[in-house]
Amino acid sequence: MADPMKIRASMKGDAAEVRILMSHAMETGQRKDAAGNTVPAHFIQTITIDVGGKRVVDGQIGTAVARNPVFGFKIKGAKAGDKVVVNWVDNKGDKRTDEATVA
Amino acid sequence: MEMNPARRTVLRGAGSLGALSALVLAGVLKPTAVYAADWNKAAFEAKDTPAALKGLGAGSPADSKDLVLKVPDIAENGAVVPVDVVSNIPNTTSIAILVDKNPTALTCLYAFTNGALPEVSARIKMGQTSLVRAVAKAGDKYFVAQKECKVTVGGCGG
Amino acid sequence: MKKRIVLLAAVAVAWTGSASAQTKDANAEFEKFRAEMEESNPAELFEVKGEELWKAKRGPKKVSLADSCDLGQGVGKIEGAYVKAPRYFADADAVMDIERRIVWCMTEKQGFKFEDIAKKPFQGANDNNAPDITNLVTYVASGSRNMEFDMPMHDAKVRDAFETGKAMAAYRAGPYDFSCNTCHGADGKRIRMQNLPNLSSPEGALRGVLGWPGYRMTGGVMLTSQWRMNDCFRQQRFPEPKYASQAVTNLIAYMTGNANGQMYKGPGIKR
Repeated sequence: MADPMKIRASMKGDAAEVRILMSHAMETGQRKDAAGNTVPAHFIQTITIDVGGKRVVDGQIGTAVARNPVFGFKIKGAKAGDKVVVNWVDNKGDKRTDEATVA
Repeated sequence: MEMNPARRTVLRGAGSLGALSALVLAGVLKPTAVYAADWNKAAFEAKDTPAALKGLGAGSPADSKDLVLKVPDIAENGAVVPVDVVSNIPNTTSIAILVDKNPTALTCLYAFTNGALPEVSARIKMGQTSLVRAVAKAGDKYFVAQKECKVTVGGCGG
Repeated sequence: MKKRIVLLAAVAVAWTGSASAQTKDANAEFEKFRAEMEESNPAELFEVKGEELWKAKRGPKKVSLADSCDLGQGVGKIEGAYVKAPRYFADADAVMDIERRIVWCMTEKQGFKFEDIAKKPFQGANDNNAPDITNLVTYVASGSRNMEFDMPMHDAKVRDAFETGKAMAAYRAGPYDFSCNTCHGADGKRIRMQNLPNLSSPEGALRGVLGWPGYRMTGGVMLTSQWRMNDCFRQQRFPEPKYASQAVTNLIAYMTGNANGQMYKGPGIKR
């Protein structure tokens, strides 16, 4: 089972700043292990963010996103108390959904 | 991931993330029925920037000073390079980040709807010193900003 | 052989002139982005796991560290524990750094076997998970965020650990006849693009202890001060100390003592 994300969402002026930390190996498929075998690619492919029940960000990512990905976004019109739901799915079908509240 | 065949057809037919968002906005699709966008295999597996741009449907994007790309001149570690992109181009709906000299050029692609500002901060991997590009879509046009980032050879454990 | 030693020492220690201006610019650039990186540090992911472990009833004795482990601030209290260690613990009759103390609690209070913890105490490059002990240290360290280092130097036993650490830092041995101080004993030294802190100065010592435990960008792993000390020995071509040894506590005491009174920012990010 995938480890939880850490989501921080707070109002900065009229926009909510959303910072997301995800726990994922983001294996490129290019690395070899100690025994010389190629480590198969294992990486998040899609990310969605919903704020206040509305889809705000629809993302696709590849193997070149750093291990344990960190992303930041700004959502205008969001308000304190809005629910933030982040979801990711990787190339092996592992997935994870976590929530936070805009502070 | 189990895909909804009907939705697939819609996506294929519409051919872009923006179109899907438009359908959501128009109330054709309820947000709850919207899963993540399909992963753009052609663009993400493209070996170089021109092929990745083709996969994105971006062709040859025009240079724009309104697209602000922040990357270090010199990165402390190619495994984690911070990149910030802000688009001041009106009606920007998506931003992609590409690294010319990576084994696959396209790093990430984000589509913005419902008040999400067209900006993203990300941390990417760079195999070597390379040009980093941000590509923004506004309306049906694509724009690009680029900057070189040097990747240093590591020292000890810090 | 003699020639090689001289050459190596020269490379490690005395790159000056035109290269230094370039390094200065590069380091200014690193610093600029470092602050942004620290704002959202993957170390937080390990903190979360550490907190769960701290509060969970674990081990053969099925007790939680939160209910049994005294890090010097009272049972279960993590606030300030990291910046007030190494310190003397009467129940163990030893001066311990935080990692050693948590290991002691895990063995004495929870009933884990030291050998099992010591089997793989550090996260290897590209390992998917950090060992429990690393997550626990990261959580405990987060309880000292934005607090000043306050190692109890007035305690004679702590002072003794500090002085022993100081002597160890100056001890030259190994195939290259290196000591810690060969690289970390004077100002203005560097390896490649990395400046090497002078651990005998308050500023340098702070750099030595700041940001540990740290999320290391290379390999994307979480590592502790204990790991860093062991790796320094490896790089000096010394035999590596056994896990959680008194020698490592003494070196940590030497650096922390020199950094006393300065602000700790919590788990950090490292190259």
